[in-house]
Amino acid sequence: MAPIINFFKEEFLMNRFFKLLLSLALVMALAIPAAAGVLAEVQKKGVLTLGVSEGVAGFSAPDSKGKWVGFDVDMGHAVAAAVLKNADAIKYVPLASKQKIVAVSSGQVDITSRTTTWTMKRDAKQGVDFTVVVFYDGQGFMVKKDLGVKSAKDLNGASVSVTSGTTSELNVADFARANKIKLETVVFESKKEAFNAYLAGRVDAFTTDMSQLAAMRTTTPDPSQHIILPEMFSKEPMGPLVRHGDNQWKDLVTWVIYGLIEAEEKGITQANVLEMKAKSQDPVVKRMLGATGDIGSFINLDNDWLVRAIQAVGNYGEIYERHFGSDTTLNIPRGNNNLWTNGGLMYAMPIR
Amino acid sequence: MSALSDLKGRLPIILGQTLVAGAVIYFALALFHNTQANLEARNIASGYGFMAVEGGLPINDTLLPYSPSDSYGYAFLIGVVNTLYVSALAIVLSTLLGVIIGCARVSTNWLVSRLATVYVEVLRNVPLLLTLFLCYSVALASLPHPRLSLSPFEGVFLNNRGLFLPRPQFHHSFWYVAVAFFLALAISIFLVHQARKMQDRTGRSFPAGWISLALVLGLSAITWFIAPRPLDFDFAVLQGFNFRGGMVLKPEFTALLSGLVLYTAAFIAENVRSGIQSVSAGQRDASKALGLKPWLTMRKIVLPQALRVSIPATTNDYASLVKNSSLAVAIGYPDMVSVGGTIIGQNDQAVEIIGLWMAVYLSINLIISLFMNWFNARVQVVER
Repeated sequence: MAPIINFFKEEFLMNRFFKLLLSLALVMALAIPAAAGVLAEVQKKGVLTLGVSEGVAGFSAPDSKGKWVGFDVDMGHAVAAAVLKNADAIKYVPLASKQKIVAVSSGQVDITSRTTTWTMKRDAKQGVDFTVVVFYDGQGFMVKKDLGVKSAKDLNGASVSVTSGTTSELNVADFARANKIKLETVVFESKKEAFNAYLAGRVDAFTTDMSQLAAMRTTTPDPSQHIILPEMFSKEPMGPLVRHGDNQWKDLVTWVIYGLIEAEEKGITQANVLEMKAKSQDPVVKRMLGATGDIGSFINLDNDWLVRAIQAVGNYGEIYERHFGSDTTLNIPRGNNNLWTNGGLMYAMPIR
Repeated sequence: MSALSDLKGRLPIILGQTLVAGAVIYFALALFHNTQANLEARNIASGYGFMAVEGGLPINDTLLPYSPSDSYGYAFLIGVVNTLYVSALAIVLSTLLGVIIGCARVSTNWLVSRLATVYVEVLRNVPLLLTLFLCYSVALASLPHPRLSLSPFEGVFLNNRGLFLPRPQFHHSFWYVAVAFFLALAISIFLVHQARKMQDRTGRSFPAGWISLALVLGLSAITWFIAPRPLDFDFAVLQGFNFRGGMVLKPEFTALLSGLVLYTAAFIAENVRSGIQSVSAGQRDASKALGLKPWLTMRKIVLPQALRVSIPATTNDYASLVKNSSLAVAIGYPDMVSVGGTIIGQNDQAVEIIGLWMAVYLSINLIISLFMNWFNARVQVVER
């Protein structure tokens, strides 16, 4: 026996080693895929885990009291209201660009709702599914007015700052190659540093999605000194994404958002939703608000899910106005994000 | 007989260790398999196949020729080369600066030693990231726009896009100069070697160092003037938004390099100081009594003994420096982590890239450790 005891004595690392084994086993236990659907999980936890940005004004950013607000956050409120009957039952997880896909595919968050572009590779190969496009954006350049540049094609030889881990980097390189111009691209980890490099004059232009250019321009001392060039040189359709393969959950998120878009088309607002449900004679409105039919059962909820969502955040148009409208500092015109009936691309599938 | 009983005694130990090693390997394999199975179950692509695909990434500061039409794998390699480049330069420069400041700390001059103390305490106790941000912001804030460039010498331009230098273009006849230089170098090495031998034998010293310097400089200079135009320069020219041509040191690189050097030098200085102070005062007194001048005392008596104490600690600082170079991403220098981060952004195959990062850092640091261990063994006391 003695040598074995001796062995344990000699191995002063044994204690630590067993701890390591234990933690390894724990990691593997955690890594076993969850069999239950996200809907059941969320209902059991009583809280929706929402992946948001690290702070993009208008989309998702903490306000002065530390409460998360924004267009993307409201999509989360709508889902929480529909599923949990409590629009504020949300746990926020700020995600860097690099994490936003992995966080949802690994199950760390139930939904990622943070300015994420719908691309083929992400949808098909990265374990996530996009639900609905909630914001049509596109990439553009911002330059200082005194540079005297009027078009992005005049930027030959210029240097541009961009954030890493986004589609923007690739778009800039593609744009330069397609137009046979040379751009020096300086890549920064955070958007703030990339923008600071532009303000300090290290680069001639700053590039990201148009909506965010507008947002960041408002933060400069004199916004009129910066112009956003007219070319929108990429398509950036952005929407909430969920884990690949959980169709029940994907359907639910998809239809909550279609419900908000359809509500705008039907003139259902945060203020009049209960009245509409009680008094509307339009069979479509009566059906979608659950006064007739059983649409709730299609997505495993009760019939009042959409009423709750609209009560919480209003219809799509109201959400847009609240965060990007003319009363806000961002003031982004609806453009492509208008309803299809007003010349935009917002088109909800029929709710029936 | 005794060997056999010895083996018998050790058998349980060997058995136990084999079991433990087996368990570790088993757990590692299980973890690997489980990860892969989970990735597959979640429909997440895995494997390194994507590395051969055209990446389309923009990288602005490269040592090797690069264009966005190159593959992800090559783009990653560019990042690795940048990491190696900045780390190697920073190791050399921080060692030089660290030795100077370390010597200054033990200086008998009050002002010099206090200044060195302030330097060490400030740099050592401020996070490197802040030092980097400071270097970068100061560089950007204090330098002018390209159109208002500073030009201290003809053909040299300094602005907030970088330091533009003329790029030397070697002509055929430059080879004569190179040959002359290396020839002089070889003769010098021989001379120094002989001089040392002679000193060991007879105790007389021979000024080989000065003769060698004169030889190397003189011979190179003579060939330079005899050879027909050995060298031309390609000057940077302001064109449109920026300078073109020439060589450029970009502000991101310069800020990263100076941040790393300033920070690591503070740690190396402490190693040097502790090394010097570990040499007992008796040694200096003895050396003085023998009539050695202060400089010779330092070089022949103190430093060789101080090195033995300083080297192991400095090996750690080199390893930290290499790892710290990953902060490059914060100030826009395309090192391995920055480029890898972009690749993750395009592919979301984080596990693969993180694996590569770890493998590269591990390899670099193991090589540094091996070299330093070899060097350490060489400078240890040779007992006679």
